[in-house]
Amino acid sequence: MAEQLAETPLHALHVGLGARMVPFAGYDMPVQYPSGILKEHLHTRAAAGLFDVSHMGQVELWPASGDVADVARALERLVPADILSLAPGRQRYSFFTDANGGILDDLMVTNGGDHLLLVVNAARKAHDLAHLQAGLDGVEVVPLERGLIALQGSTAEAALAELNSDVRGMRFMDVRALDLGGMPAVVSRSGYTGEDGFEISLAERDTADVAQRLLGFPGVLPVGLGARDSLRLEAGLCLWGHDIDETTTPVEAALEWAIPPARRSGGDRAGGFPGAEVILGQIASGAARRRVGLLPEGRAPMREGIELFAEAEGGASAGRVTSGGFGPSLDAPLAMGYVPMELAAPGTRLYGQLRGRMLPATVTKLPFVRPGYRRK
Amino acid sequence: MLRFTEEHEWLKQDGDEVVVGITQYATEQLGDLVFVELPEEGRTVAKGDEVVVIESVKAASDILAPLDGQITEVNSAIVANPAMVNEDPMENGWFFRMILADPTDLDGLMDEEGYRKFVES
Repeated sequence: MAEQLAETPLHALHVGLGARMVPFAGYDMPVQYPSGILKEHLHTRAAAGLFDVSHMGQVELWPASGDVADVARALERLVPADILSLAPGRQRYSFFTDANGGILDDLMVTNGGDHLLLVVNAARKAHDLAHLQAGLDGVEVVPLERGLIALQGSTAEAALAELNSDVRGMRFMDVRALDLGGMPAVVSRSGYTGEDGFEISLAERDTADVAQRLLGFPGVLPVGLGARDSLRLEAGLCLWGHDIDETTTPVEAALEWAIPPARRSGGDRAGGFPGAEVILGQIASGAARRRVGLLPEGRAPMREGIELFAEAEGGASAGRVTSGGFGPSLDAPLAMGYVPMELAAPGTRLYGQLRGRMLPATVTKLPFVRPGYRRK
Repeated sequence: MLRFTEEHEWLKQDGDEVVVGITQYATEQLGDLVFVELPEEGRTVAKGDEVVVIESVKAASDILAPLDGQITEVNSAIVANPAMVNEDPMENGWFFRMILADPTDLDGLMDEEGYRKFVES
């Protein structure tokens, strides 16, 4: 029996555009449109791509007390970020940790003024809701049934400005409630491609209308999950369930930049999140392994699961590729994986076992492509 | 005369040899190819042997030897430019030429009409 797949508010639009639909996290989603993953990827960097990310979880956290600082303090018991200092209208990246220091999911947190807004991974919605409900006192956890569109790329601002020119005043990680041609939206200047761009949360009934208007502007093409994956990989961004999960700590995953001084040893609110002892210990004295970028030599992609070795002759495994494929902008294969600290320095030559052969790959700095974020 | 396999390969007889490639339908299913690895010329193959590796942005696939025989020539142009397979799968995007161990094996494969029905079913 095929499982019943959920549909996003843009489902009919995808089908009408000729998308190839695939099951993803319980949803029937477009993996690519007729133009294909390569063109969709390159177009997103050169102009603008429109992505349906309505399958992701949007959750509001409301304080019983009426004071958003109380929700911030409560959420800080589940994540190692500084939520208390997050200004209204600003967004921050974080992750839910477990008692062993592993990562239960990663998420975006927005201060909505009188509440917090979270965006979590589609596959982790049910888990995260239960985790929030069990872990937050004095907080009303409200899952939202809303659409979410990502508009990403160097001309995303010009396109979205056609609907509301206020977006020009936003910088990276700003969030604003905006009217988009008569439809109320919550717009953040962020995304998952390494490009400048926006994520636009809309009422379900308005989502297709806004998507269609945006697709009507020159330079905006629909882009599926295939290119979304190659874009985020080039940007060095983690995918939960692949590059990060319960078996990887934020320090191993090279995500300690998202743990600010206030939550580290000696900070105002040091620790107090699950697995703090492990994670803060690793920040102080290092972890045994680290997520790195890898550039395979030649043209053959090294995909998830490929075993890595320090020597061409093999021997003990030095780790594993967690995400890998072909980078259309790089015009070369690329991968991320975990290797022992002593092999994690950029320039280190490793070997991936591919179809019975040992192929060289060089450890490289992340991201693979220069980000286009509009930081000021 | 064109023949087709259920693995979406086409075979075209050319003198003593057959030319082998993948169909338009196959390229549409695979998406943009970014990597092709071809067999060594001269290699003797049995039907079902993995002879070619192709990779799209999303996934790797194996192309199997359609029949018993010997590889005589490979199309190195598609190694340098895998997109040729997507652009012109039935002509310039061919994979290899081979001499069949038994040329009558071709008769066991589908003709164009048979393949069209196979794809539609």
